[in-house]
Amino acid sequence: MSEEQEMIRVEHLNKSFGELHVLKDIDLTVKESDVVVLIGASGSGKSTLLRCLNFLEMKNSGSIIIGGEQIEKKSHDLNKIRQKVGMVFQHFNLFPHKTVIENVIEAPTQVKGVKKSEAIKEGKALLDKVGLGDKYDVYPSKLSGGQKQRVAIARALAMKPDVMLFDEPTSALDPELVNEVLTTMKELAEEGMTMVVVTHEMGFAREVADWVVYMHEGRIVEYGHPDEIFNEPKEQRTKDFLSSVL
Amino acid sequence: MEDILHFFDVFISSYHVFLDGLWITLKLSVVSLLIAIVIGLFVALLKISNIKILEWIADAYIWIVRGTPLIVQIFILYYGLTDILLIPMFWAGAAGLAFHSGAYIAEIIRGAIQSIDKGQREAGLSLGMNKGLTMKRIILPQAFRRAVPSLGNQFIIGIKDSSLVSFIGMQDLFGVASTMGSNSFDYLPYYVTVAVYYLLIVLLLTFIVNKIEKRLAVSD
Repeated sequence: MSEEQEMIRVEHLNKSFGELHVLKDIDLTVKESDVVVLIGASGSGKSTLLRCLNFLEMKNSGSIIIGGEQIEKKSHDLNKIRQKVGMVFQHFNLFPHKTVIENVIEAPTQVKGVKKSEAIKEGKALLDKVGLGDKYDVYPSKLSGGQKQRVAIARALAMKPDVMLFDEPTSALDPELVNEVLTTMKELAEEGMTMVVVTHEMGFAREVADWVVYMHEGRIVEYGHPDEIFNEPKEQRTKDFLSSVL
Repeated sequence: MEDILHFFDVFISSYHVFLDGLWITLKLSVVSLLIAIVIGLFVALLKISNIKILEWIADAYIWIVRGTPLIVQIFILYYGLTDILLIPMFWAGAAGLAFHSGAYIAEIIRGAIQSIDKGQREAGLSLGMNKGLTMKRIILPQAFRRAVPSLGNQFIIGIKDSSLVSFIGMQDLFGVASTMGSNSFDYLPYYVTVAVYYLLIVLLLTFIVNKIEKRLAVSD
């Protein structure tokens, strides 16, 4: 594991919204092909941390190193960085005025200049992969929540990112639709995709994660392999949290 | 009964003159509304630019337009522009109407842009699209769809407001009605006639806007 290349390194990251100090001195390293799952109560800062990683939120201090390079708003084109860091949102955020395949090919054609026919071919392959090959021509409004989220995953993958960030990808879904999304994510993890996942699905964390990070009030309280965190947590706060959700 | 027959007589016998006026009204409305959309979009983007000086410019423009009567704006532009720039009356009228509608359209478009879920912008950015591309490809198409009913309404107001250009001497629909009325001292039938023309234009426009709304609804 330690031989593998570092994808993301966060050092002494701090983030405030006005008076509210939401991330406090965060250190985190994500290596290639790692699946890192962030858990913690609502308001613990895990989503904010994720959003700092693709610069939808701007840090106040500390450093964010992606692919070995320290990224600063002043010196880097964040649009370029974001092409390499895919994101899947809680509320899918599909483009409602575009069909499924148009959603998927939008960024490759508009940002990377991929030929439309080529992008459609690749897009259809990605939709097949998430099990929605037959839905390429419909509008998102015709899809179930689980299908929407799988399209969103395909859309992010279409940019061929090095890392995928998942921000509570199943929290807005009806319970019976959660599994289809988790299965897709699991397959992605098995293919070696580097993933950072914020979720309340402890089963997924236990089964798929290489590392679990427990956050509480803006700090990383505990970090370890799923076995350690779930079976023998060291910190009392981790124990309290786990006993409240399991 | 006689009055009604007289009205029909006027309505039918005057049609060729009114058609000239109708042509001017339509040309003026279409040209001014197209310019107004460009102004409106531009000013809306200024207002959401988060750059103070640009927001002030947009606010000042909207304040001036909303704070003065359209007839005053048309007169100032007509006497101002035709004196200095020697532009034709048609363009002075079109500029006046566009200047006016632009402010209202700006507010409609700004409202529509701000009503689009912020997740749409984030999705665009997260895919590596820059702010401009996200605005053009993701936000604006949705905002325009959402703005269609309000824009249609503003277009109707714009067409009716265009009648004010008759006061700078243009022979649009209302200008024709006024001239014909005062030439014959028989005002009422001509004003009722011109009202029918406006009603028909608005009816047609309402029909078109409804069609567009239906077509855009396919993705809902």
